[in-house]
Amino acid sequence: MTRLLTVDSLTVALPQGADRPHAVEELSLHLDAGEILCVVGESGSGKSITANTVMGLLPKTLKVKAGTVTFEGESILGLSAEALRSRRGRRMAMVFQEPMTALNPLMRVGDQIAEALQVHGKGSEAKARVPELLAAVNLPDPASIARMHPFRLSGGQRQRVMIAMALALEPALLIADEPTTALDVTTQMQILRLMREIQERKGMGVMFITHDFGVVAEIADRVAVMQHGRIVEQGPASDILNAPQHPYTRKLIAAVPHGAALEKPAIRPSPVLVMKGVEKTYQRGGWFGPKAVVKAVHDADFTLNKGETLGLVGESGSGKSTLARCVVRLVEPEKGEILFHGKDLRPLSRQGWLPYRKRIQMVFQDPYASLNPRRKVGDAITEGPITHGVSPAEARTRALDLLRLVKLDPSAMERYPHEFSGGQRQRIGLARALAMQPELLIADEPVSALDVSVQAQVLDLLAEIRQRLGLTMLFITHDLRVAAQICDRIAVMQRGAIVELGPTEQVFGAPQHPYTRALLDSIPGRDWTPPVLAETA
Amino acid sequence: MELSKLPGYLLGRLVKAAIVILAIVVCNFFLIHAAPGDPASIIAGQSGAADARFLEQLRAQFGLDQPLYVQLWIYLKGVLTLDLGFSHRQQVAVASLLWDRLPATLLLTGAAFVFALSVGVAMGALAALRVGTWGDSIITVLALTFYATPLFWVGLMLVLLFSVTLEWLPSFGMASVGVELHGFAVVLDVAKHLLLPALTLGLFYVAVYARLSRATMLEVADQDFVKTARAKGVPEGRILRRHILRNALLPIITFAGIQAGQLIGGSILVETVFAWPGIGRLAFEALLARDYQVLMGVFFCTSVMVVLFNLITDLLYAVVDPRVEVSA
Amino acid sequence: MKDFWRNFSRNRGAVVGLVVLVAVLILAVLAPVLYPGSPWDMAGMPFAPPGEEGMLLGTDSLGRDVAAGIAHGARVSLLVGAVSTVAALAIGVSLGAIAGYLGGLVDDLVMRFTEFFQTIPSFVLAILLVAIFTPSIASIVFAIAVVSWPPVARVVRAEFLSLRSREFVQASEVLGKSRLSIVVGDILPNALSPIVVLSSLMVASAILLESALSFLGLGDPNMMSWGFLIGSGRSVIRMAWWMSVFPGIAIFLTVLSLNLVGEGLSDALNPRLARNRGGKP
Repeated sequence: MTRLLTVDSLTVALPQGADRPHAVEELSLHLDAGEILCVVGESGSGKSITANTVMGLLPKTLKVKAGTVTFEGESILGLSAEALRSRRGRRMAMVFQEPMTALNPLMRVGDQIAEALQVHGKGSEAKARVPELLAAVNLPDPASIARMHPFRLSGGQRQRVMIAMALALEPALLIADEPTTALDVTTQMQILRLMREIQERKGMGVMFITHDFGVVAEIADRVAVMQHGRIVEQGPASDILNAPQHPYTRKLIAAVPHGAALEKPAIRPSPVLVMKGVEKTYQRGGWFGPKAVVKAVHDADFTLNKGETLGLVGESGSGKSTLARCVVRLVEPEKGEILFHGKDLRPLSRQGWLPYRKRIQMVFQDPYASLNPRRKVGDAITEGPITHGVSPAEARTRALDLLRLVKLDPSAMERYPHEFSGGQRQRIGLARALAMQPELLIADEPVSALDVSVQAQVLDLLAEIRQRLGLTMLFITHDLRVAAQICDRIAVMQRGAIVELGPTEQVFGAPQHPYTRALLDSIPGRDWTPPVLAETA
Repeated sequence: MELSKLPGYLLGRLVKAAIVILAIVVCNFFLIHAAPGDPASIIAGQSGAADARFLEQLRAQFGLDQPLYVQLWIYLKGVLTLDLGFSHRQQVAVASLLWDRLPATLLLTGAAFVFALSVGVAMGALAALRVGTWGDSIITVLALTFYATPLFWVGLMLVLLFSVTLEWLPSFGMASVGVELHGFAVVLDVAKHLLLPALTLGLFYVAVYARLSRATMLEVADQDFVKTARAKGVPEGRILRRHILRNALLPIITFAGIQAGQLIGGSILVETVFAWPGIGRLAFEALLARDYQVLMGVFFCTSVMVVLFNLITDLLYAVVDPRVEVSA
Repeated sequence: MKDFWRNFSRNRGAVVGLVVLVAVLILAVLAPVLYPGSPWDMAGMPFAPPGEEGMLLGTDSLGRDVAAGIAHGARVSLLVGAVSTVAALAIGVSLGAIAGYLGGLVDDLVMRFTEFFQTIPSFVLAILLVAIFTPSIASIVFAIAVVSWPPVARVVRAEFLSLRSREFVQASEVLGKSRLSIVVGDILPNALSPIVVLSSLMVASAILLESALSFLGLGDPNMMSWGFLIGSGRSVIRMAWWMSVFPGIAIFLTVLSLNLVGEGLSDALNPRLARNRGGKP
């Protein structure tokens, strides 16, 4: 095999005032033609900077301090801007994370692909090549897709266009920077398969950047694990996945949701929440224009028993969040009954709802958006109980207890949210909900915005608290592994409806509905079972 | 947007424009009635000099003895048949006064707009390209200076410099008085007279467009698709033209539409300073003579101009941005 | 607060602006002390050039001291600027808040109304309003407020709209807080920084508007103002340039300093944006 890319002791300096002196330090890796190297790490580990250095796309504020990058036998760090440009797109190409913003909104996608050919002197071939390329990434009706503007395409389609564009000049090296992170699982799987297939066909070298070990298991030949700008471990994929050596890698892999159900106590059927015939539709369109009616939720009946955790699972747009928000009246459905201990909450007024606010609480997805940045943590936790007539002194005691419960220091009371990390904020959000002493907790993707290792901590905490307080929980997630780990029963949602509902083992072990099967098939690295690792120090 | 959908879109915009114009007429009507005192004498001018016959005539014209909604109807009917009332001071129909003055104002505002847009966007683009350098700082300071200077004062200072001190350019009017000119000489003469007023009116908007385009270009340059273009090896010049500038143009078009009203407002000041025989000058004269009938005519006429201009920018936007029909 | 000052003072222009603004404020406050008596009274020979007759900035066609006019005019300019901005903020913030928080049909109606006001030529409307309601401080403030609230309403609405769907506001809903305490306690404080920045720019444009109105002779006849000074110097600019030059410089400096302070506020309140403005990250 030919050596395509060698990075040798690369050090990239961060601007002064950053939290560490170097974005990337003493980094060495190599890539052969025909192999896929996965660079894995949590956010801020320097993996994107590495990719951008190779492409010659580093922002001006970052400077290479030491090291060499050799691509196709040439050292490229010393090359002129023009020499680099002529290689970009032609010999090395890149696919980005955000398909929604990575295409020029004002240009037809065909023109954008054609542009890649034009700027490398192959403009005359564009007419024939563009449809070919679009067909090669399995887009239907390439001729008409080529004439469309990006806003008409879905995220998955746009990512295919990006890949087609990257492949236009048959580059030797493809760098993919988290290309599937913004996509739904089923789309993610399609894109992963597509990339693998094209890579094999063309014999390209692919540098694939990801944070997800499932994706690594799915696609990698070799793996490099990054932490704080350094590679802590690299080697063949099977070695790293099944027998990681470095403590950090071990920690990351241990944190991957293992999908194995915990020991669960038997649930006696005693309904806390019953959803019956709830429907929510959205209308789009102005006063004059045509109206589009979207059924966000329909045919989504379920019963939630005391002490039970029900997982609402589905892809984005499946209506799972809308359904959950109906329960707490953040969304007002047009039809149906929301029976809480037999009492229909739907017709209640804002005032009539007040007593139930104490009993039903919610934890939100985005740790950076779910806390008021201008309010101290203590106030955030105590304001709910105080609103409901608890004395400030008692609310404070309760808040201190809760901070201990979610494993935060009592001094957190006097600090502002921006002083905390994502995982800590998520725990503050949990404490805020628990301060109301609810019996039903709705958790809307509570871990999906967190790094894997933090994700594991928050999930463990949730499981622990649920058991200790005997909470009933409605748990919304798009991540099937997470659902399997924490839920007693699973409801699978697709296009606003629950298509399958059953005990976790049954849904995972013997799925009935084709969509459930498709979802399960799409779990990246589903054939890989994370090894059980002894607790690392 | 697809060209086939343009007529429908245009129709929607026309309906909207018609509603706005109707609302302006109603607004005008209620202004007369909101003012303290007898509407007839307000329209005639509060100096008290208006004679009784004229007041009677006004009462009849507006049906002031009728219920309010009838009056509104009479007023609406009048305006929609382009009867904007009668200027007692000048003994001419308001509509014909406006019609006579319109070309001068269109020439002035048009010239100022083109000047402001081209120079402003060029300055903003230049500053964005050289962000953080001396060039950027100079352009930013210049824009801020133009932005903070009162329009009419700029006009006076230009007169002081170019007409009084240097005696290069005429300080008032639209054409030289007392000279017979023919053919191209006329054009040149008008152009000479136009230069200072257009410069005055334009400078403020040069600042506005320079600041706006600098900001949007920096914003667009930061977006993912620019990185995509770079990653596929597009040369910087082409990235600027095909990716950054085209996208940065959208907010500039929107803003041009919003600013149209201000531009016409500014022309009142500039026409006053330079005695430019346009609608703005007419407004100033009407103000001095307390000829409110004319003043309201000016308000109506300038509003219609703005609405039409907005219609054009909407259309332009729809042609440039394929996403319009989705959000409309 | 300490962060705020640090970020604010990092913008040198803003500090200069603040100094100039404070100087203008002091001038306005001390005007009756520095130039006792009415600025309308004759103080010396007509058309005395600057520096002569003990007149720092010369006299006008009636022998009135231009410097005294500028000092007293500062009071009017700042007063009109501040009061009309407060009035415009009151209209704009409440309309924007209602539209953004309630959304739906209310939002549609309020926004159509706002768009309408943005479409009509605001300066022409202001002239018409002041003329019809007779020129006075009150009618000028009213007219300026009426034409300058739409941008506030738009900004506030956009902020409310985005904050309303933010998760911390939803969390407050779920906690059962009242609408009022959500708007006042959660949304408004987070929408404040663009409003603060906008208001300093609005004071600047209100001062410009006021000067333009009084330049056209629509000022309060009992109040000396900068625009009036320029307007009265216009016809005699060939003989007495100082009559229009100095008041113009006063307007320019005040408006400039307000703009600079506005930029400083913007940097101090959105430090993230300020850093990005310097260059591509």
